[in-house]
Amino acid sequence: MSELPVGERLLALLRTDDALAARGQFVTATVLVESGAEQWLITITRGRVTAIAAGPFVMPAWTFALRSDEDAWQRFWSAPPVPGYHDLFALLRRKRLRIEGDLHPLMSNLLYFKDLLALPVEAR
Amino acid sequence: MKTSVEAVTGRYLHVGIGGAEHRVYVEEAGAGVPLLCLHTAGADSRQFRGVLNDEAVTSRFRVIAFDLPWHGKSSPPAGWYETRYQLSAAAYQDTVLAVAGVLDLDRPVVMGCSIGGRLVLYLAARHPDRVGGVIGLQTGGHVEPYYDTQWLNRPDVHGGLVCAGIVSGLIGPSAPGADRWETLWHYMQGGPGVFQGDLYFYKVDGDARGLLAEIDTARCPVFLLTGEFDYSCTPDDTLAIQRAVPGAHAQVMPGLGHFPMSEDYQRFRSHLLPVLDQVLAGRDERGVPA
Repeated sequence: MSELPVGERLLALLRTDDALAARGQFVTATVLVESGAEQWLITITRGRVTAIAAGPFVMPAWTFALRSDEDAWQRFWSAPPVPGYHDLFALLRRKRLRIEGDLHPLMSNLLYFKDLLALPVEAR
Repeated sequence: MKTSVEAVTGRYLHVGIGGAEHRVYVEEAGAGVPLLCLHTAGADSRQFRGVLNDEAVTSRFRVIAFDLPWHGKSSPPAGWYETRYQLSAAAYQDTVLAVAGVLDLDRPVVMGCSIGGRLVLYLAARHPDRVGGVIGLQTGGHVEPYYDTQWLNRPDVHGGLVCAGIVSGLIGPSAPGADRWETLWHYMQGGPGVFQGDLYFYKVDGDARGLLAEIDTARCPVFLLTGEFDYSCTPDDTLAIQRAVPGAHAQVMPGLGHFPMSEDYQRFRSHLLPVLDQVLAGRDERGVPA
């Protein structure tokens, strides 16, 4: 099984299409994505991902963080989907994801963020 | 485009529940053994549109689905703005039995999903002579909170969007798009705090694990169907009920999620119809009138 590393998978977020960007038009935030010891900062401007920076970071600043591990992210993005790993809240329920920081942008745009974070599924 | 009129009819009942008068919306179709359907938390009876329009069911069952008070087209009680809605196990049982009473249903088969799937355990344990069997969809004994439900009801977060966002992943990934988004639309239309208030039963007041030993499947048959993609009530949760309730039937439904009757009725009915056959056969054996 050839699995792209998490960092390469995340590049799919740069392909936010117009429809998804329109749904996220009120989202301007920086999201920290963590996979084990690795981290990325995803910059979102008015619903569009405008930059992805790979760590390590000295003083990262972010709105909220999604912390998980390589195995869980790979299952999360696998096709066909794996029951119990196919949604951010499925990972939460399994205690395989920790969400930290200012959750207001996430919770008030939850469908948007779920679809954004699912973009790497199609990248395989 | 082809036009048609469904055989489903809607009516309003006036019924006293917990000392308050309620106006409750009820839909039904078909004739035969009463099959009373209970929707999930934060949604309404539209979830049963597939069952209500399935002739293989309505030719043998009088299918009835109602909106819980505060949900769908049922009103909240007078003075609702001075109260906080919280569904208790007692109030939920009272509501279902009151609706069955007003409609004069003789030992209906009760099919509930999620909170409804939990409630049928209460009916089987506490009111086995008032029901003619139960079908639990997405039934578990208890769910530990895994997210903060305060997000579901605060003025600075769109309630409809966040409720739909919370449940979207509970739908099986291969569900048809139209039914996926119809299911989410029901969530987007819920009143403020209603989904959250239902979850009080689901996660706090309605822990059914202690009831299981009281269930006698010879008096009230128990059938459980659970979609494999449900991470709220997981297949393991349902199989734990089956192990604890001798005689309970349980089946995991591949590909389906938390809303089988609404997200993908065609896939669901292949599991439901054999269960309904068993329900009818069992009623004959026990001499319950059809």
